[in-house]
Amino acid sequence: MKLAYWMYAGPAHIGTLRVASSFKNVHAIMHAPLGDDYFNVMRSMLERERNFTPVTASVVDRKVLARGSQEKVIDNITRKDQEERPDLIVLTPTCTSSILQEDLQNFVDRAQMDAQGDVLLADVNHYRVNELQAGDRTLKQIVEFYLQKAVKKNELPEGKTEKPSVNIIGISTLGFHNQHDCTELKRLMADLGIEVNEVIPEGASVHNLKNLTRAWFNLVPYQELGVMTAQYLETEFNMPYVDITPMGVVETARCIRKIQQILNAQGSEVNYEDYINNQTLYVSQAAWFSRSIDCQNLTGKKAVVFGDTTHAIAMTKILAREMGIHVVLAGTYCKYDAEYFREQVSEYCDEILISEDNGAIADAIAKIEPAAIFGTQMERHVGKRLNIPCGVIAAPIHIQDFPIGYKPFLGYEGTNQIADLVYNSFTLGMEDHLLEIFGGHDTKEVITKGISAESDLNWNKEAKAELNKVPGFVRGKVKRNTEKFARERDISEITLEVMYAAKEAVGA
Amino acid sequence: MTITPNQTPSALNFECETGNYHTFCPISCVAWLYQKIEDSFFLVIGTKTCGYFLQNAMGVMIFAEPRYAMAELEEGDISAKLSDYEELKRLCLQIKRDRNPSVIVWIGTCTTEIIKMDLEGLAPKLEAEIGIPIVTARANGLDYAFTQGEDTVLAAMAHKCPKEAPKAEAEKEERNAISKLMNFGKKKEEVKQTEAEYKDHTPLVLFGSLPDPVVTNLTLELKKQGIKVAGWLPSKRFTELPVIEEGYYTCGVNPFLSRTATTLMRRRKTKLIGAPFPIGPDGTRAWIEKICSVLNIEPQGLEEREAQIWENLEDYIKLIRGKSVFFMGDNLLEVSLARFLIRCGMTCPEIGIPYMDKRYQKAELELLEKTCNEMGVALPNIVEKPDNYNQLQRIKELQPDLVITGMAHANPLEARGINTKWSVEFTFAQIHGFTNARDILELATRPMRRNNNLKELGWEKLVKEEAQV
Repeated sequence: MKLAYWMYAGPAHIGTLRVASSFKNVHAIMHAPLGDDYFNVMRSMLERERNFTPVTASVVDRKVLARGSQEKVIDNITRKDQEERPDLIVLTPTCTSSILQEDLQNFVDRAQMDAQGDVLLADVNHYRVNELQAGDRTLKQIVEFYLQKAVKKNELPEGKTEKPSVNIIGISTLGFHNQHDCTELKRLMADLGIEVNEVIPEGASVHNLKNLTRAWFNLVPYQELGVMTAQYLETEFNMPYVDITPMGVVETARCIRKIQQILNAQGSEVNYEDYINNQTLYVSQAAWFSRSIDCQNLTGKKAVVFGDTTHAIAMTKILAREMGIHVVLAGTYCKYDAEYFREQVSEYCDEILISEDNGAIADAIAKIEPAAIFGTQMERHVGKRLNIPCGVIAAPIHIQDFPIGYKPFLGYEGTNQIADLVYNSFTLGMEDHLLEIFGGHDTKEVITKGISAESDLNWNKEAKAELNKVPGFVRGKVKRNTEKFARERDISEITLEVMYAAKEAVGA
Repeated sequence: MTITPNQTPSALNFECETGNYHTFCPISCVAWLYQKIEDSFFLVIGTKTCGYFLQNAMGVMIFAEPRYAMAELEEGDISAKLSDYEELKRLCLQIKRDRNPSVIVWIGTCTTEIIKMDLEGLAPKLEAEIGIPIVTARANGLDYAFTQGEDTVLAAMAHKCPKEAPKAEAEKEERNAISKLMNFGKKKEEVKQTEAEYKDHTPLVLFGSLPDPVVTNLTLELKKQGIKVAGWLPSKRFTELPVIEEGYYTCGVNPFLSRTATTLMRRRKTKLIGAPFPIGPDGTRAWIEKICSVLNIEPQGLEEREAQIWENLEDYIKLIRGKSVFFMGDNLLEVSLARFLIRCGMTCPEIGIPYMDKRYQKAELELLEKTCNEMGVALPNIVEKPDNYNQLQRIKELQPDLVITGMAHANPLEARGINTKWSVEFTFAQIHGFTNARDILELATRPMRRNNNLKELGWEKLVKEEAQV
């Protein structure tokens, strides 16, 4: 047992659901007790999704515990198959089904006999993998299933597209700024004269998966999702892939050069150097920003970075290499990817922290006292408590991290967004600091008495105590309304009764 | 008055569907209970799934150093490679050291049920060893929905309420005497209410967790009738749990507390007052009247008080009068809320509800029926264990003016031009008593008021083709 207050990566089934519900017309059925369909709430609230989340539960209740699921799972699969005619139903095990050890594969096989669509059992073990690993596996599993099916049926399209083309692998629902990143990557590909063959899983149809092999190469922007799929496509279909995250000016250039190399190896004759040069110097503002005097002020400032592998690595490199900021500590909660992480950041920071314990990172921040933090929502709250500004760079995230406006982290527009994020974090911190030194903006005493200032009314002890229970942000309003009520009725002492009477009268 | 079994209102139509519906896991009760019981610590013994739910459902509360944590089970715990007792002892000692709570509440989950971890058996042993009371509640998704979690916790706490021993009584008198003495000067200038103003009646203990301001409000409401509330289950602190003696009266304030009610009746030998719940001015009045009638007290001024409240609500009621409301069902407050909204002039075709205890809710169901008859509207269908998919088909057909639903369906329904209100808000808002009736309507009318503002814009349906509802 582990005492845990907070976790960075969710349970395995969340990863499977994220991948399944990213596809078009794919339905996931969770084998889970009542209340485990919390994924639907997250998707509907965080992504402000207009459509019903295609996830239902085959509820495990007391009866299932006693007798086994029996026909229940099969019935639920065939029912969903008839109701919504999905192309694919993914039966998703949870922690509960992991210990019940029912033969879910058998249910899937039997349901498949009646179902029009395909039925798959997600191959994930709750106790062995987390959300991110499970997502990666599920994506590979679905791709493999449809490619093998195509091979068997001899439906795999021959050869490659005429012009250079790419599959973008790993864009998913509830991913950090994924939608914006996807748009930016498509734009980048268009600039490079590369056609986008397929984007998976977000918005993709499983029928199109057989076309994946027509692309010249695969681009995997995030370490967490898609690498397994890309490796599978490389071994089975000889497709090269690029897994350099185009985040930050230097890494974007590196990613583009790698693409150039891959395309030229396949007989294309492209040279992207001019493009890189032009974007870096004149289009993206990030390179100029790092030269400007604004950024000069940031030189040597201390920062702490924490997040998933992709974003923590990229951010560390940007801060250290492109802005001259002193990254004291870089860390990730992706323990399973620790080696890769160390290898990538070791030359850009003093210390490395690999931990899933939010207390450990909070303590480290408190000790280091950086001028800014770049982390998850958890680090943002640590920052709040310690009065250190924080830019959010990775999941877990809240609704404010699903902005409506265009905010990619990848590509050249991404570099602009990151420059803003970094600069705003630091200046806010500096401003705060200066205010403290000079004692705030307002140096004069307040001379006019506002409505909320001293009153002639007497609050008795209980009423005062009650008033103090009212949340701070409305307390003033409640106080004013109650006093107004009392004055109108010539009541000189405010008691609990008066408070409630006032509330009833004005709806305070 | 105790509840008479097997007597159910006949005219209401009850159905039961498949139970494929969305609701919160009952472990969510730790979110409000740890705040209510200030000296408690809630330890949820479960998996990452439980933890992930809690941290997302509780949002920012997570960051405020909550007095709750997960005892996250690992593979070794599942396969019994590790000793449950030793593991729990290690974690509880850590909690004792870091937080020093007056009680640790263990929340059993689906996993502890399946692997048959004997929490009830382990608790007394560990309690004796570490010197902190341990309360065990099985608030799992196999058996319960959302607010029923609180019911399991309070039922377990009912066992821990002191039985007033004579020695404790003397001590209590003494305390009272001292506090009387200390309050003496103040009492005089504060004019009102002394002990003498209470009528002589058998002690009454109320049960149900409510925010402190609502507790004060309801206590005061009963005080006006000369009724003294001897205690609340739960109280602000675990160390202040009320004395419950055989023969005391008890009364519930929320519709989802049937296990607690049963425990208080059967195990603590109290007499349950079966009343409608004090939600809405009609419910509050009926609740007080029922308590008064059982205690042989003539209620004073309730009719005028109710009328006054209704008058003050008129601006909100205008917005919903004649409109229809559909409850998808997820928190068991549905019957009381529907009854109130029907009294406000709404119609209600369907009340979805996770679980319907017809005995515990008998008085509420009767009031619902009476309200429908008086308002001249059709009786709603009460659908237990609803099927969300079927409900969405019915909603599509009925096009209700307001759907009260969980967050999983709210945005998709709004995108299809249907007004929704998240049901969860009713659980967290202050909705009890005369004073808070306005808050219920504030919530219920918010989508109408918002959409009145947007009416002219022609942006109602925001999905391209009517994707399968």
